[in-house]
Amino acid sequence: MDQQLLKLLEENALVSPETLAKQLNLSVDQVKSRIKHLEEAKIILAYKAIIDDDKAEFQTVKAVIEVRITPERGGGFNRLSDRIARYPEVTSCFLMSGGYDLLVFVEGRTLKEVAMFVSEKLSTIQGVLSTATHFTLKTYKEQGVMIDQEIAEERLKVSP
Amino acid sequence: MSVKRNAVVTDFVANHVRSIPRSGIRDFFEIVQSMTDVVSLGIGEPDFATPWHIREAAIYALEKGKTGYTSNLGLPRLRKSIARYVRQNYHVEYDALSEVLVAVGVSEAMDIALRAVINPGDEVLYHSPCYVSYNPSILLVHGKPVEIPTLAEDHFKLRPEALKAKITAKSKVLILNFPTNPTGAVMNQQELLAIAEVCQQHDLLVITDEIYSELSYGETHCSIASLPGMRERCIFLHGFSKAFAMTGFRVGYACAPVALIEAMMRIHQYAMLCAPIISQEAAIEALENGQSDMEQMREQYQLRRNFLLNSFREIGIPCFNAQGAFYLFPRIDQTGLNSREFAVRLLEEQKVAVVPGNAFGASGEGHVRCSYATGMDQLEVAVERIGKFVRSL
Repeated sequence: MDQQLLKLLEENALVSPETLAKQLNLSVDQVKSRIKHLEEAKIILAYKAIIDDDKAEFQTVKAVIEVRITPERGGGFNRLSDRIARYPEVTSCFLMSGGYDLLVFVEGRTLKEVAMFVSEKLSTIQGVLSTATHFTLKTYKEQGVMIDQEIAEERLKVSP
Repeated sequence: MSVKRNAVVTDFVANHVRSIPRSGIRDFFEIVQSMTDVVSLGIGEPDFATPWHIREAAIYALEKGKTGYTSNLGLPRLRKSIARYVRQNYHVEYDALSEVLVAVGVSEAMDIALRAVINPGDEVLYHSPCYVSYNPSILLVHGKPVEIPTLAEDHFKLRPEALKAKITAKSKVLILNFPTNPTGAVMNQQELLAIAEVCQQHDLLVITDEIYSELSYGETHCSIASLPGMRERCIFLHGFSKAFAMTGFRVGYACAPVALIEAMMRIHQYAMLCAPIISQEAAIEALENGQSDMEQMREQYQLRRNFLLNSFREIGIPCFNAQGAFYLFPRIDQTGLNSREFAVRLLEEQKVAVVPGNAFGASGEGHVRCSYATGMDQLEVAVERIGKFVRSL
């Protein structure tokens, strides 16, 4: 049941406990206490809005950086990865298989800001071997949401 | 002069076509269309767009220049997929190449099935409330429609006694549609066995319209064609519109013993030639790779059904827990209004469209059909407005 609740919240975090209760055949109190439990257990980490930066006229520059790092005895990649992930410029950070180790998503206000982050902060960290920075040019889909929404075709209002 | 010409033009229309009444839905549709900001629970098709990989298969077919006719019966690869799908999910064995016909939706399949088997005056039985096309389709082939009313308190199931009571020497065909549009009713294996027995006793052919069969939320769906002795007296109709959200592709199919498919094919080849090749290509993709999309949509429908049903209970509108399709058929006669008055006033006062139950046969009076093939945001608004409306009565 928690899985189903989480899926519904993942789709739309704003759905009311009243609606969730009716969908899942639970009481409103049950839904509220389950959500509270999921939040306390850090299963639900945060709630956010997905925004079309262009339409919102946000001046943001996004980049994806492939980072090679040296693993350490005992901790492997964890200590260094954690250190990199803590920078506020970093929006996502993943350990990867393949030709590099970390895939780091960063965001800044200007190209220069992102470039400075890479050259002055990221690549100077002890243990970072190399970086390859790719700037994003256009967003087509963000966290499962198409940026250019399909135009809903005119549905018949009543049909057999 | 023009009056006279109009009279003459009307004379051209065949008598039996002229006698077919206007659809109750059509009538209501025109009122709804004239209004703005309507939240509609009146729509009998999925609100989901066709899953992308299926649309992509259609695009690919176009790119590859697949733009011609197909075999009258449909693409062999599609028929093989259909035969496999029906075997796996409905447990009935049909020969892919001689016992499967791909049609332009179940609507066409139903029409050619009736045309293939009905002699003038033959009686065709069907349970009601039911899909709006059965009665006129029977009339168009000069058959005699025989309606078997089912009851809300019995969850709109067809019972053998009710069936027997309507059987005469002229009865030839029984049309079944479970899960049912508009009630969401379902029949389990035991209940269908009782019907199958009557069909065998009275030598009836069954045309079973299983278009909503994937959308069953309770017990596993059972097809009457899978019951002992029934395969030889069944035409199994199914399609892609509801389960795979492909209404606009217009593709469905019939499975039946070879003699019946052969008879249907004789009509189909002259009337339709074949179903559109692009839709057939998309249908192959749906059957081969569409299972998980279908399951996800079903899950959404089930959540919405729960939401709508619980909301009706909260408002105080009695409604049985329909286990199939994407409709609820709540009872509204306790409001003192009939189904048309209820629907028209709800539309005018709160701008919510539901379909009056009597559009689906006289036995639907006292109910309205509410489709939950619409997004949760719309359902939430609809429920709030219905609540306001009911409290205002």
